Amino acid sequence: MDVVIVGAGIVGAASALALARAGCRVTVVEERFPGGGATAAGMGHVVVIDDSPAQIALTSRGRALWESLAPHLPAAAEYRRPGTAWVAADDDELAEAAAKAERLAAAGVAARLVGPAELARFEPALRPGLAGALVVPDDAVVYPPPVAAWMVAEAIDAGARLRRGVAATAVEPGGVLRLTDGGRIEADAVVVATGAAAARLVPGVPIRPRKGHLVITDRAPGLIRHQIVELGYVKRAHDVGTDSVAFNVQPRATGQVLVGSSRQIDVTAPAVEPKLLETMLARCFDYLPRLATVPAIRAWTGLRAATPDGLPLVGPWPAIAGLWLATGHEGLGITTAPATAEGLVAGLLGRDAVVDPAPWLPARFLAVPVEAAR
Amino acid sequence: MNGPADTARSHRDTVTLVVDGVSVAAVRGQSVAAALLSRGGATAWHVRTSVTGAPRGPLCGMGVCFECRATVDGRELVRTCQETVRDGMRVDTAAPAAAPRACPAIPAVPRHGSCDVLVVGAGPAGIAAASAAATAGADVIVIDDNPAPGGQIWRGGAARPEGGARFFPGTAVVTVTPSGAIQLQDAVGTRQVVARRIVLATGARERFVPFPGWTLPGVVGAGGLQALVKQGLDVAGRRVVVAGSGPLLLAVADVAARSGARLEAIAEQADRVRLAGFAAWLVAEPAKLVQAVGLARTTAAVYRLATFPVAVRAAADGLVVTLRSGRPGRERDRDVACDILACGFGLVPNTDVARAFGCAIGADGVVVDERQRTTRPDVLAAGECTGIGGVDKSLVEGRVAGLVAAGAGATAAPLLAEVRRARQFAARLLDTFALDPRLRTLASAETVVCRCEDVVAERLRGFTGWREAKLLSRVGMGPCQGRVCGTATAVTCGFAPDDVRPPLVPVPTGALADAVSP
Ligand SMILES: Cc1cc2nc3c(=O)[nH]c(=O)nc-3n(C[C@H](O)[C@H](O)[C@H](O)COP(=O)(O)OP(=O)(O)OC[C@H]3O[C@@H](n4cnc5c(N)ncnc54)[C@H](O)[C@@H]3O)c2cc1C
Ligand SMILES: Cc1cc2nc3c(=O)[nH]c(=O)nc-3n(C[C@H](O)[C@H](O)[C@H](O)COP(=O)(O)OP(=O)(O)OC[C@H]3O[C@@H](n4cnc5c(N)ncnc54)[C@H](O)[C@@H]3O)c2cc1C
Ligand code: FES
Repeated sequence: MDVVIVGAGIVGAASALALARAGCRVTVVEERFPGGGATAAGMGHVVVIDDSPAQIALTSRGRALWESLAPHLPAAAEYRRPGTAWVAADDDELAEAAAKAERLAAAGVAARLVGPAELARFEPALRPGLAGALVVPDDAVVYPPPVAAWMVAEAIDAGARLRRGVAATAVEPGGVLRLTDGGRIEADAVVVATGAAAARLVPGVPIRPRKGHLVITDRAPGLIRHQIVELGYVKRAHDVGTDSVAFNVQPRATGQVLVGSSRQIDVTAPAVEPKLLETMLARCFDYLPRLATVPAIRAWTGLRAATPDGLPLVGPWPAIAGLWLATGHEGLGITTAPATAEGLVAGLLGRDAVVDPAPWLPARFLAVPVEAAR
Repeated sequence: MNGPADTARSHRDTVTLVVDGVSVAAVRGQSVAAALLSRGGATAWHVRTSVTGAPRGPLCGMGVCFECRATVDGRELVRTCQETVRDGMRVDTAAPAAAPRACPAIPAVPRHGSCDVLVVGAGPAGIAAASAAATAGADVIVIDDNPAPGGQIWRGGAARPEGGARFFPGTAVVTVTPSGAIQLQDAVGTRQVVARRIVLATGARERFVPFPGWTLPGVVGAGGLQALVKQGLDVAGRRVVVAGSGPLLLAVADVAARSGARLEAIAEQADRVRLAGFAAWLVAEPAKLVQAVGLARTTAAVYRLATFPVAVRAAADGLVVTLRSGRPGRERDRDVACDILACGFGLVPNTDVARAFGCAIGADGVVVDERQRTTRPDVLAAGECTGIGGVDKSLVEGRVAGLVAAGAGATAAPLLAEVRRARQFAARLLDTFALDPRLRTLASAETVVCRCEDVVAERLRGFTGWREAKLLSRVGMGPCQGRVCGTATAVTCGFAPDDVRPPLVPVPTGALADAVSP
């Protein structure tokens, strides 16, 4: 089978590798270079999210696939498993943590509630007075750009072709891709994996950009040990319409701390916004006061590809024959890229799926007008 | 020039620092870096340990490279070359310890201000601009990252902005807000200034070309050595080799010689043919000729053309540098022993603040018209940041920029011919000291190119651009933010940073949250 993949972010790269290894003749079209889009802007937290059964299935499969990839990854991928500490500010949030623990347990995901004293021992830099945390020990952290580059290189070893420096301009029915250099590629299937830019290539796809800010600090080894996230994070991430910030910090393999996070819908200007940064950092200092004295090296932004229901779009787009989508991963595309790739292989080659693909099928948005789905 | 070095020799006024728990005597007015290096002993130049465990010492002497960094009185990532010694100051050279850390200082209440003209940089161009604008009646604020005004050439000298301009030393630009306000950072905290006009006079930094051994402590920038001597580094009796390119080498050698150093060699990579053309040009510029000849007397004996360093290694009592002379195919190598190798391959304009404002940047620096206006209506630029041309260009461009910024542009008209001449000289400079292509391949596979992240040359092969290289190799991800390695990759790889992101210099994370106007 001939497959052309547009975009070599983590999603396109993982898909190229999986499809090439499954015996497809793969061509990857990347306008810049592999791993330079949202994949380079995000946090790389490989995390199980339990806000819906579909999400838990997808993220836990993604996490498991990362774990089996780990021994093969280049050192630059900095893959490690510091685990996640979902911190509860008060007793209400602690109750929410307990409910979360149950949902995770039901899905076979290890998690453990810790009280304030144990939390203070685990994460001594957190402010006193927190109610406790839910620790998910098997969540991981990765630095995605070299992974995308490595996946593309491995795909090429397996017979794939990379066309970089050229962009796709249109997808036509019957598996035809038009390129900026005037060329066209024909294939049995065109997979659009262009992240937040998907709607540019496929009009009508219900993807909206959702901007996020991040800050990286100088090396501060030992300041934090887990990826620490406030429990309110998922709730706020869900509320697509409003701008939000959440305390979300990550220990990098270098000893640096990666600090997030913010969400703004339909904002595409890449500039760092001081006002938003201030709100985001104030939230972080509230939990981790010592962060304020650690030098900040850089701040930047990136675009997530948000869908109306928070689940990705993976599968055929019935409006155009031969067109498949692999986008809409919002803030979880690193986690779920390997599971996405696995699902694409199953779908394209008619194999049995490991995770039920129904909740991600793009067709779910063709039954209702796109506007209503927002 | 009456720099702190003179004070140093008088031993009049000493202070005591506590360096890694040990008392160290220093001279009032000295920079912390100069005090550290003046401790004596074989390891005095080992100021920090790199991320892969290699010893490092100051390189640039002017706040760019972060190789002199230490924790000072609990403030992390302080550039000791930009910090003046104070009695009882605590300096810790080890990387900051693990958590839990000392409790954070209570963030300073942001200080805000406004003015007619904000001048960034207090070198000759900035001082000229501020003085001209203030004298023309404008309310002027001048800031500089350095602890004192004067820029590179008048560092430690007596020049001050005149006409009532306010001067904030030790103050760096952190970011430009979307509304055009400028966020500044000093040792106390955040300051935000709203100005009707901005004059960028951010000068230049040195270009470093990586070659095997260039990261050893004791290998320092050429201008870097000059700056450190002006900051009070004692070089009396030290064996110095100056290498690289450009008229700066002679000025550096001169300062070193007059401070009692023993000049072992001055290696200029440009050859006789190029320099001959330049000398002819200097004859037409009498002031510059006098300057050149005056320097030559003390230094001519050891000045070698078409000569460049190819490697330096540590020896029992200092460094041994291998200097290569001669045309391709007829090269001769010679080893020279020294204590200090001062190396700089020309200057590169500092354009990052201009970039943060969205001003256009050309091949030579910030793009300006004949009245120093950038492509952004409220921002002007003057001096080395618009193109390397020496102090005369900086002075006249600064005056013009100051007058235009103060709304007195009409009075600048008589200066415009001089501006044109100065810019012609600048073009000539670039051409004369163009880098020999052999310098591009001096780095071996394992030569460190990015000193912050210890990225070696081998890791930088195969990339098509800076951003890809940065994301995949970590080049430019450290505190210098690509200011050193980015000019190096421009020479060795053909790509360089082309964007800026806040903060323009690393600041405490807390300071980033102070960015919003009240
Ligand atoms: C601030 C932030 C934090 C995040 N944190 C996390 C996290 O902790 N964990 C997690 O799992 N996820 C996280 N994410 C989400 C994750 O980064 C993304 O979901 C993921 O990177 C998406 O990958 P992608 O391959 O779909 O898109 P991208 O990485 O954006 O790749 C798309 C590629 O397509 C190319 N392209 C676009 N248009 C064309 C065209 N017309 N022709 C050819 N090529 C084209 C682009 O150049 C790009 O390389 C975060 C995202 C952000 C913004
Ligand atoms: C290291 C070095 C040594 C030199 N030595 C000599 C010499 O001996 N003789 C000679 O004729 N010429 C010398 N030059 C050339 C010299 O730069 C010019 O002759 C002249 O000093 C240029 O003046 P300027 O005002 O344009 O820039 P500079 O003198 O470079 O002044 C720029 C000022 O801006 C400040 N600055 C830059 N960015 C920021 C920021 N973001 N925030 C706050 N402040 C900022 C810097 O700290 C600096 O003080 C040297 C240049 C360098 C780089
Ligand atoms: S030597 Fe101090 S910053 Fe370079």
